[in-house]
Amino acid sequence: MKSSVIVFPGSNCDRDIAVALEKMKFTNQMVWHKETKLPNSDLIVLPGGFSYGDYLRSGAIAGKSLIIDEVIKAAKRGCLILGICNGFQILTETGLLKGTLLRNRNLKFINKNVQIKVMNNETKFSNKYKKNEVLKINIAHNEGNYFTDNNHLKELKDNNLIAFKYCDQKGNVDDHSNPNGSLENIAGVYNAKKNILGMMPHPERMIDKLISNTDGTNLFSSLLN
Amino acid sequence: MKFSITVTLKKDVLDPQGKVVQNTLINMGLNLNNIRQGKYFEVDVNEKDQTKAEKNVDEMCKKLLANLIIEDYKINKLK
Repeated sequence: MKSSVIVFPGSNCDRDIAVALEKMKFTNQMVWHKETKLPNSDLIVLPGGFSYGDYLRSGAIAGKSLIIDEVIKAAKRGCLILGICNGFQILTETGLLKGTLLRNRNLKFINKNVQIKVMNNETKFSNKYKKNEVLKINIAHNEGNYFTDNNHLKELKDNNLIAFKYCDQKGNVDDHSNPNGSLENIAGVYNAKKNILGMMPHPERMIDKLISNTDGTNLFSSLLN
Repeated sequence: MKFSITVTLKKDVLDPQGKVVQNTLINMGLNLNNIRQGKYFEVDVNEKDQTKAEKNVDEMCKKLLANLIIEDYKINKLK
């Protein structure tokens, strides 16, 4: 499977995701944001970081960069798109995913391992997970507080488009287990066609027992499935 | 032709920074009901026709300066 990781000035998880993809046997290429052509890819990843220093709004400037037009075209053709952390923020700024990421409700940058629950295990990104499986996974963000309007929230629920929700170790989804104030504890969402996933947690940081755990591995093996 | 643009969070969207500023002002003994934090831009448009210039600035707001899901914007002509 061929993947492309888009690199913006200020991306800082681009090499982590490249390591994860290569470990999982993807043929990966890095693509600089000023490129106007995308290599032939089955998966495009918008990595985490602080593209353009989070100027204006997180992801706003990257969402208008030269390569993004190509990403949007590829997304409309059905190419798989994964946006992690800042990548999720960029996806909402391009309109490929609805909603937005507000500042964390405690106004603090949060970097810690949290639990998330797999809400839908029937997608290209999640088929190797069990439904309601609880993953321990790292979050590191200042604007991860997902917000959307009531119509879209209903659409997300009715069409099973919520990918992950923050929960406790037992899988309880409640305000106590919500690290950043996200609407209904939402940690990741799909678009209507489920070929685009945006998520705040970092699966690429959870692929090695020595440094963390392997709870992120199945996201990549799902894509290869 | 110069314009100012003010971008603020919509009424129903939580403004945590504004809230902290508000609490601090209250703690300082200052009298206020509510405060919301926003962003301010000044833009100089190379256009003599005011209607066209305003349309241009409006497009800037819609396409980049404001995120219409959570933000409102106001445009004012500057002298």
